Amino acid sequence: MNRIAVEKKVLNENQVLAEQLRERYREHGILCVNLISAPGSGKTALLERTLERMDKSARVAVLTGDLQTENDAKRLAKFGFPVKQITTGGTCHLDAKMIGKHLEDWKLEDLDLLIVENVGNLVCPSSYDLGEDAKIVLLSTTEGEDKPLKYPSIFFKSELMVMTKIDLLPYVPFKAELARENARRVHPQMEIIELSSTTGEGLDAWMEWLKARRQKARQKLQAVKG
Amino acid sequence: MHELGIATSILECVQAEAARHPGARITKVGVKIGELSGVDRDALQFGFEVLVKDTDWERLVLELEYIPRLQRCSKCAHEFRMTDFDPQCPRCGDFQTQCIGGEELDIAYMEVDE
Repeated sequence: MNRIAVEKKVLNENQVLAEQLRERYREHGILCVNLISAPGSGKTALLERTLERMDKSARVAVLTGDLQTENDAKRLAKFGFPVKQITTGGTCHLDAKMIGKHLEDWKLEDLDLLIVENVGNLVCPSSYDLGEDAKIVLLSTTEGEDKPLKYPSIFFKSELMVMTKIDLLPYVPFKAELARENARRVHPQMEIIELSSTTGEGLDAWMEWLKARRQKARQKLQAVKG
Repeated sequence: MHELGIATSILECVQAEAARHPGARITKVGVKIGELSGVDRDALQFGFEVLVKDTDWERLVLELEYIPRLQRCSKCAHEFRMTDFDPQCPRCGDFQTQCIGGEELDIAYMEVDE
């Protein structure tokens, strides 16, 4: 019997494709963010408010994932930006191959920002790199404050936690302070933004975060070009 | 519930390795599963068994090694096993500690009969 060392990532194939996507985004100075949350935490609602606030000349596009239906793409297409639905048929997450396939007929040189809305799921999307610059996890006030402890993987891998539905705080038992504390126990460097897509409170901070990250992506491109 | 997909990726990796060693029989594959990998070991083991059942790979053993979350203190460089999501360094008390282990989802080795 012989033992051979392999030292290879299990999801190596996905990783290779994700790195290729990352390189293409970098070449075009595109910021790509991957939005992840449980079903019903408000990913699509946040994107509606985000697209609504974008300048009409903004070079932004959205890929939105679901098991079935084109409903989210229809909701988001109203704002005039390119939107494509990825229906996975049953798969509980998006992978880099699906992203590459759906980007085929878009010109990356026309984009500054690509938003990927993952399938509603806090577990599986955490394992699949989509070539994004940042994973963003949403936690709504109608969920439990202990979700970061129950699903540490995704909270650990996300740079930003967006606490949604804060307009409901007076009516639900959710303790925002405890949720923040739990998120930072799993991920001490976690950035946190709190907002309501219904009232608009906190949306400015979110738009500012996106703007700052887009500038950073552009600066990286200029640094490469010298 | 993506463990069956992960099991498929592991088997594909074994098959690719087997193709590079004609005549050899791979009997075991060792995989490291980090605490933060988001993969359930029981579900993965079960998915793998279902996947290889009644195939040429039925006797292939999947051995999983659990890798707990490891932190390193940015101040005193002490390395410690993080428990109960407490990032504080047990040696110097600093809170600025970085994760250095526990994200693994890696194929570590294979055992071959030649």
